[in-house]
Amino acid sequence: MTGAPGTTYREAVRAAIREAMQRDDRVFLMGEDVGRYGGCYAVSKGLLDEFGPERIRDTPLSESGFVGAGIGAALGGMRPIVEVMTVNFSMLCLDQILNSAATIRHMSGGQFSVPLVIRMATGAGRQLAAQHSHSLENIYAHIPGIRVVAPATIADARGMLWTALQDPDPVVIFEHVMLYNAAGELDGEAGAVDIDRAAVRRPGRDVSLITYGGSLGKTLAAADELAGLGIEAEVIDLRTLRPLDDATIMASVRRTRRAVIVDEGWRTGSLAAEIGSRIVEQCFWSLDAPIERVCSAEVPIPYPRHLEEAALPQPAAIVAAARAATGR
Amino acid sequence: MGVFRMPSLGADMEAGKLVEWLKRAGDAIAAGDVIAVVETQKGAIEVEAFESGIVESHLVAVGQTVPVGTPLAMIRGEGTAAAPAAGPAAVPVPQIAPSPAAPPLSGAPQPPAFRASPAARRFAAEHAIELTGMRGSGPDGAIVFVDVEQALQGRRDAAPAAPPRPPPTAAGPPATGMAAMRQAIAAAMERSKREIPHYYVAHAADVTAAFDALAAFNATRAPRDRVLFGAALLGAVARALARFPEFNGFHRGGAFEPAPRIHVGMAIALRGGGLVAPAIHDADKLALPDLMRAMHDLADRVRAGRFRSSEIADPTITLTSLGERGVDAVLGVIYPPQVAIVGAGTPALRPWVVDGAVVARRLCRLTLAADHRVSDGHRGALFLAEVARLAENPELP
Repeated sequence: MTGAPGTTYREAVRAAIREAMQRDDRVFLMGEDVGRYGGCYAVSKGLLDEFGPERIRDTPLSESGFVGAGIGAALGGMRPIVEVMTVNFSMLCLDQILNSAATIRHMSGGQFSVPLVIRMATGAGRQLAAQHSHSLENIYAHIPGIRVVAPATIADARGMLWTALQDPDPVVIFEHVMLYNAAGELDGEAGAVDIDRAAVRRPGRDVSLITYGGSLGKTLAAADELAGLGIEAEVIDLRTLRPLDDATIMASVRRTRRAVIVDEGWRTGSLAAEIGSRIVEQCFWSLDAPIERVCSAEVPIPYPRHLEEAALPQPAAIVAAARAATGR
Repeated sequence: MGVFRMPSLGADMEAGKLVEWLKRAGDAIAAGDVIAVVETQKGAIEVEAFESGIVESHLVAVGQTVPVGTPLAMIRGEGTAAAPAAGPAAVPVPQIAPSPAAPPLSGAPQPPAFRASPAARRFAAEHAIELTGMRGSGPDGAIVFVDVEQALQGRRDAAPAAPPRPPPTAAGPPATGMAAMRQAIAAAMERSKREIPHYYVAHAADVTAAFDALAAFNATRAPRDRVLFGAALLGAVARALARFPEFNGFHRGGAFEPAPRIHVGMAIALRGGGLVAPAIHDADKLALPDLMRAMHDLADRVRAGRFRSSEIADPTITLTSLGERGVDAVLGVIYPPQVAIVGAGTPALRPWVVDGAVVARRLCRLTLAADHRVSDGHRGALFLAEVARLAENPELP
C-alpha cells in the first residue's frame, strides 16, 4: 500500500490496480504499452514484474481489437481492466463500447453482462496537440448501458477502480492527464469509494461551481479568488458523469440560486449543456441568474503552450463567470 | 466589444426614451463622453459612456422607449485590451453579436419594464410583493431573491399586520411629463418611508458672521462671481462628510456601502412643479467660488431640462434647502439608496442669547434625517454640529 505522504495520482491508480489484482484472480490489465514500457503515463510501471505477462498484457495498436477482446473476456467471466491510451484513440473502439459492451445485457434479455472496466486518459495541458488532448467524456456520458466516472482526487483515483470492478456492467474511468503528477495525502487505509454521488469539495452560499476531473483544481483556485472578493462559491465535483447525481447538484443550486458549470469539453453538445438543461428543468424557479458555462474554445486543442492555455477553461474565466452570475 | 445599455438613472427609473444619438456608428468615444440623450420621468438626460472605443452600431432607434438594461449600442473596445483582467486564458468563445433590434411590432406585448429572476418572481408571488419599482442587485440590475427578501423584511418591520398590496395595475408604456415625474417621486418616497428607518436631529446655526464675510467678499464682485450662502452650506455638508463617512453612500443588498467620493445632490425645484436632486461631483474638493459656479451651471442646465446621467445617478447624500421659501426648517425624506439628507431652513434674524443678552442674530435651522440602519443619533448629532460649524465659518479665498 502506498500510504506515505505525497502520494501521486499515478501512484494511487497503480495501487488500485495492484490491490484489484491481489484480491481477485479474474482481474487482469491490458492495453498498449502497459507491460514492458510501464504505461505511456507510467501508471503500470513495475506491475509486469510483479504479476507476469499473463495478467499484464501488451496489446497490438488496435483499439477495436483489444477492447473487443476485453468484452469477450468479461462475458467469459473475467474482470478485465482495459487501458486506452487517450480518449481520442477510443474513437477507434467506440463501436465496441457503444454497440457491444453497452448493449449486450439489453439485447440478451439480461442473460449476459459485461463487467468490463476501461481506463482512458483524457484532457489537454501537456502540449500533446489536437489528436491527444481532447475531452470527450460527454460522448460516453451519452450512452445508456455504461457507467462513466472521473476521479478528480487522489482518494478517488485510489478508490473508484475496485468499485467499478464490482459493477456488473461496463464502467469507463477517465483519468485527466494533468492529474497524474498531482500529489496529496492518502490515508494508508484508503480503499474503495462509491461511484454514485457527486461531492461538495468546498461549501459556499453564493454560487455553485459545478465541475469534474481535471478542472476541479482550477475551479477550487477560482473559488479561493472569489472568496477574496466576498463571493462564497460552492464547488461540486461530479465524480460520476453517468448517471449524473442530480440530487447533489440541485440541492446546491437551490441553495445558492446560481450555477457556473466548468467543463473542459467543447461547449456545443457538452456535459455542461446537459447539466444546464437539468438545472433549468428542476431548479428554474430557484434561479437568480442565467446559468454560466466555462468550456474549452471550439477549436481542435492547439499545440503551442499559450494557445493551448487560452483554449482551456482557466481560473480567471471561472471567476469572471461567477461574478457575472452574482452581479458582483 | 461592449454593450452600451439604457442606464438606470435612479432607483425609480424603469424605462427611458431615446431622443437623440450624439455619436454615430464609427465615431470614436472616450469614457465620459455624452453619446445619447434619453428622456426619463426626470426630463432629458445626457447619457455618458463608461468605456472608450468606437461606436459599432446603434441598436435602438430614436423615439423608442425601452426598459432599463436594454442594449442601445455596441461599443468596440480600443484594441483588444478592453477585456476584463482575465488574461490570455480567458479568450471567450466568439459570440454572435445580437442582430440589431428590429423595431417592436406594433401591437406586440411590451416586455416587462424590469428584470427579475425566477427565484425573485416566485418568492414575490408567494408573498404578494410588487416587483415594479424595486431596485435590483443582481446581474444587469436584475431583481434577485435577496432584493425581495429585503423588501419583505422592510414591509414586516414597517407594518406587521399590513394587508398584501393589491396587484399592480397593467403596466402601460411609461408615461412622461409631470404625471410621470410625480409617479417617480411617489415611488421613491414611498420606498424610502417603507424601508428606511429615519431618525432626525436639528440644530440652529448662528450664521451672522458667515453672512458678514460673504457680504464683504461679494461687495467687489460682479453678480455672477458672488458666493451665496447656499454654496457655503453645500461646501459645509461635503467637508463634514469627510469625517463622517457613515452618512455618505448607499444602503444596498442589506448592507451599507460607503462611497469613496463625495457627490452632494442638490435638490432643485423645477418650474411648473417637480423636483430633481442631481449631484455636484467631488463637492468636498471644490473651493467655494468653484462650488458656486458648479451650482449655477447645474441649476441652469436642470431648468433647461438637460443634465447628465452621472449627475442623476451619482449623489451620495442630498441637501435640501428651502432658503427662498421662508420656512424655519425642513425635515427631509431620504432618497434611497442614500442614507442621509440634510435640510436647511431660511436664514433669518431671530432673538438669540449671546453673552447673557438677547440680541438679533441670523440663524439657520439645520436638520439631518439619517438611516438608522447605518448610523445612530449620537453620530448624527456630531455630524450636524460639524456641518453647522463649517457653515458658520466659510473658507473664502
